[in-house]
Amino acid sequence: MRFAISLLLVLAIASIIGTVLKQNEPYPNYLFEFGTYWFDMFRTLGLFDVYHSLWFLVILLFLVISTSFCIIRLSPIMLKEMKSYRERSTLSSLRHFRFRQELVTSLAPEQSVRLMDKVLAGYGYKSRTQIRKTGQLLAAKRGSWNRLGYILTHSAIVIICIGGLIDGNIPLKVDQFLGYKRIETRDMPESQVPSVSRLGSNNLSFRGDVTIPEGSSADVIFLNVANGYLVQELPFIVSVKKFIVKYYSTGQPRLFASDLVIQDKKTGKSKSVRLEVNHPLTMDGVDIYQASFGDGGSHLHFLVWPLTGASTLTTPLDGIVKHHEPMTINGHPYAIEFDDFRKFNVEDLSQGVVKAPSSFMQNILSVFSPAAHKDQELRNVGPSVQFKIRNAQGEAREYLNYMLPITLGGHSYFLTGMRDNPGASYQYIRLPLDDNGNVNSFMQLRAHLDDPSAANGIASRFAKKALAGIPNMQAMKPKLAQISESVLALFRQGGYNALAGFISKDVPQNEQENAAQTYLKVLQGTALEALNEVIPPGTPIKDKASFVRDSLNAMNDSFLYGPPVYLQLQSFKPVMATGLQMTRAPGKYLVYFGSLCLVLGIFAMFYIRERRVFVYASSDGKVLFAMSSSRQTLDFELEFKKLSNIISKAFADNKEL
Amino acid sequence: MELVHESKPALLRELRLGDWGYALVWLLGCLYTLDKFGAGMNVYSKGILCAASLGFIALGWFWKPFRLMCVITAVLSLFAIYEYHGQIASAEQELWLKYLLGSQTAIMWMSFLFVLATLIYWVALLGRSEFAGKFASVLTWCAVVMGLVGMLTRWYVSYLMGPDIGHIPISNLYEVFILFSFMTALFYLYYEDRYESYQMGAFVLLVIAAAIGFLLWYTFDRHANGIEPLVPALQSYWMKIHVPANFVGYGSFSLSAMLGVAYLLKSKGILADRLPDLVMLDDVMYKSIAIGFLFFTIATILGALWAAQAWGGYWSWDPKETWALIVWLNYAAWLHMRLVKGVRGPILAWWSIGGLMVTTFAFLGVNMFLSGLHSYGKL
Ligand code: HEM
Repeated sequence: MRFAISLLLVLAIASIIGTVLKQNEPYPNYLFEFGTYWFDMFRTLGLFDVYHSLWFLVILLFLVISTSFCIIRLSPIMLKEMKSYRERSTLSSLRHFRFRQELVTSLAPEQSVRLMDKVLAGYGYKSRTQIRKTGQLLAAKRGSWNRLGYILTHSAIVIICIGGLIDGNIPLKVDQFLGYKRIETRDMPESQVPSVSRLGSNNLSFRGDVTIPEGSSADVIFLNVANGYLVQELPFIVSVKKFIVKYYSTGQPRLFASDLVIQDKKTGKSKSVRLEVNHPLTMDGVDIYQASFGDGGSHLHFLVWPLTGASTLTTPLDGIVKHHEPMTINGHPYAIEFDDFRKFNVEDLSQGVVKAPSSFMQNILSVFSPAAHKDQELRNVGPSVQFKIRNAQGEAREYLNYMLPITLGGHSYFLTGMRDNPGASYQYIRLPLDDNGNVNSFMQLRAHLDDPSAANGIASRFAKKALAGIPNMQAMKPKLAQISESVLALFRQGGYNALAGFISKDVPQNEQENAAQTYLKVLQGTALEALNEVIPPGTPIKDKASFVRDSLNAMNDSFLYGPPVYLQLQSFKPVMATGLQMTRAPGKYLVYFGSLCLVLGIFAMFYIRERRVFVYASSDGKVLFAMSSSRQTLDFELEFKKLSNIISKAFADNKEL
Repeated sequence: MELVHESKPALLRELRLGDWGYALVWLLGCLYTLDKFGAGMNVYSKGILCAASLGFIALGWFWKPFRLMCVITAVLSLFAIYEYHGQIASAEQELWLKYLLGSQTAIMWMSFLFVLATLIYWVALLGRSEFAGKFASVLTWCAVVMGLVGMLTRWYVSYLMGPDIGHIPISNLYEVFILFSFMTALFYLYYEDRYESYQMGAFVLLVIAAAIGFLLWYTFDRHANGIEPLVPALQSYWMKIHVPANFVGYGSFSLSAMLGVAYLLKSKGILADRLPDLVMLDDVMYKSIAIGFLFFTIATILGALWAAQAWGGYWSWDPKETWALIVWLNYAAWLHMRLVKGVRGPILAWWSIGGLMVTTFAFLGVNMFLSGLHSYGKL
């Protein structure tokens, strides 16, 4: 018994591990998070897939075996007890009952027993009478089903576990162990996966996924196992006509569905169906679910802007999501990998910046209402594209660009986010737009400021304008022009950091604060001058001062941006892909049956109380009424009192016959 | 010779006219709903409606005060719905709605009444005042009624927002905290009634007051009280039965843990002469865990059935699922200790307090610290 309780607790603790450590992630993620030492340790212990690890299955097996033994040992006893009325009880044993009462009656023993039989029958008791030498014994019982509760609950545990094991990957594990099947870890087209990593369509049970772009079809799914996969063949071919998302008026998704055509391989018959979340479909014993969606290879068209140098020359670039393109930037070879495209993005703009919803509180919220709560200002900010730029050494940075202008604090920007590892959140750069929503003005300004040959002219014109109309300051002009030029040069080399570095090195401590202010003003003034020179007349920019400030910020941030190009998404042709999950789980019928037994069993155990009543009517007119229950709770005391009153009353009512 | 003894089955013998009237009202209400709204309900919704009606009839027969609560709740809710005149804005304009019965107002009243009841239960406990106890009990009943009215009108209001938006208000954390509060209170009121003891209230209402604290913070700081449409994964009739069953479990487990606290205090001699008998505390603790365990089992199984429909497998070892299993195993162990080994006393009291920690983690902690399918991150 102690063993059973310990097992329950060990199982509970073992289960916890699997919830704390994210399960079945790709191995590189673990390696990144834990380092090689712990990674090897955890992998050996099976912690990346606890619930399928050997030790976990062994604990489960122990549980099943010990419960089975328990059932085998106790069931016969329980069944016997259920049937028995205990009519062999002796008068002296009844006298030791805690709940008993003695009465005197003028009725003959057989009359007393008959009366009691009738009274107790009204309360659901079944009884047996036994004639003894000194009187008659009525043995009654009620609620014997209680005992069945034990058998039901415990059998349920065994049944559920067996059902679960059938649907688990035990047969596959065995095949793998014997070398009949091998996990494929290479990234290759499905058709080239060797047969040792393929499972036939008659496989008893499986659970896997497949992503199918619109207009394509598939007749296999992929089972994720450890750090690789297996290919499961299907008895049918699924073609995807269209993936559908519908939205509520509030912008949250209301419906995800796929229009499919499924063709049976054997009969060749096909049927069209619509698959929705929460409404799976069964085909040849395989259940098909709408599980996820993604991009199925949208066509994207970009304009590539340089982010350094004096040129604003753009080049066009075409890409397809999930494909990559080679590209040369400043003479270096790179590859652009287009990862994802999204047509809609509902984002919270209340914080002023788009951010990934990963904070503590938002996680709580997302559980029950993945949508927003009222603090947030949700808006559909339009299409976005996610891509990586990889250099010749294989190092990559990841980018997230929004196609449409996003208005923050009254000004519009193009947002582009960058991160250098997949776990980090994006750092955004805001490229300011002119009032026509065009990024060209910013690009012109940037190129002008980035042009060393133009700096001298800008600086002197800035100085001239800044001091114009201030008569006694004209002598300062060359000095101001020189400051302007060197500030610009510093900024061109390293942004605000370079300026700060210069100040902390060359300016006495107590003047640094002032110098910083002055330099910033000069920089902004110079940039404003540059802006005026470079934008075509008539380009509307209402608030030039803040446009200049935003431009300088954007230029400053671009030092950390990576390869100095900005990909402006210009147009797209979306192609969606639907993610289907398919399962075959014959064990579920056992599991459901076991669950039913479990509920009935628990009900029987707690809410059917076994009670036994004995009435011994002696020939001398004495009647002993005794009562017992398998569980003597407070209720039972009350029940005894109630029944004993009823019995007393019944005898009183039948005094004279 | 004729033995005189009335021999009708026990249940029917105890039913009075009021019970039959109560049942009739439920049945009529149910039929009316089917007639008027049946067209918009699928067969599962109809099944759930009928089964729930029968269940509530049985509950009212079994525990009489429940009948009165149902009637008052129904009258107030119908009146509130009438006052809405089919417009959400009425909540701000109609006096009754603005100050008493509007969905949000009623929930605020519930919160206030629960907190007040908690205080007065403590007054009753410390001052050994029977009168204060009775008063606190009435307040608790009122709070339950207001909570129910708030939820029912909220349900109605969600349909005013748009026919495709309308849904039962048990779909987010805000709503289930209300569910938790009045469910726990109802269980408590039942035991209070059966054991004729007001002293337990001081402890049980503490956990409800804590839930209310969270609810208020959630309302005023996070403005989480808005009605949001359902994401596709939640659009299922399973939600209607899975979630309430879970909260019967959570409520009962919390109740037993609070009684565990009372038990330990009493056995250490603290408040000893004010608290009820240890035997009684122990008994209620057991009963509460027993009913909680039954419903939690059902809820977990319903969850598995739902998962089989929504996620493609009845068991995915998703953190929420796994923690439900952990909670379940914990109480299975508790019950083995008591039923098989016959353990009583402080060990079980401590264990049920520990059980509340585990339950709270399963309820809240998983959402906060772990991620999984339950966050519907996938779609
Ligand atoms: C994970 C699930 C469970 C396991 C592994 C398990 C295991 C066991 C084991 C090994 C015993 C000892 C039998 C013996 O004395 O030889 C036992 C007894 C018992 N279990 Fe369970 N059990 C489980 C679930 C339950 C549940 C859900 C209940 C009811 C709520 C329950 C109620 C009982 C009772 C009442 C006994 C005592 C039977 C008796 O000796 O009269 N068990 N269990």
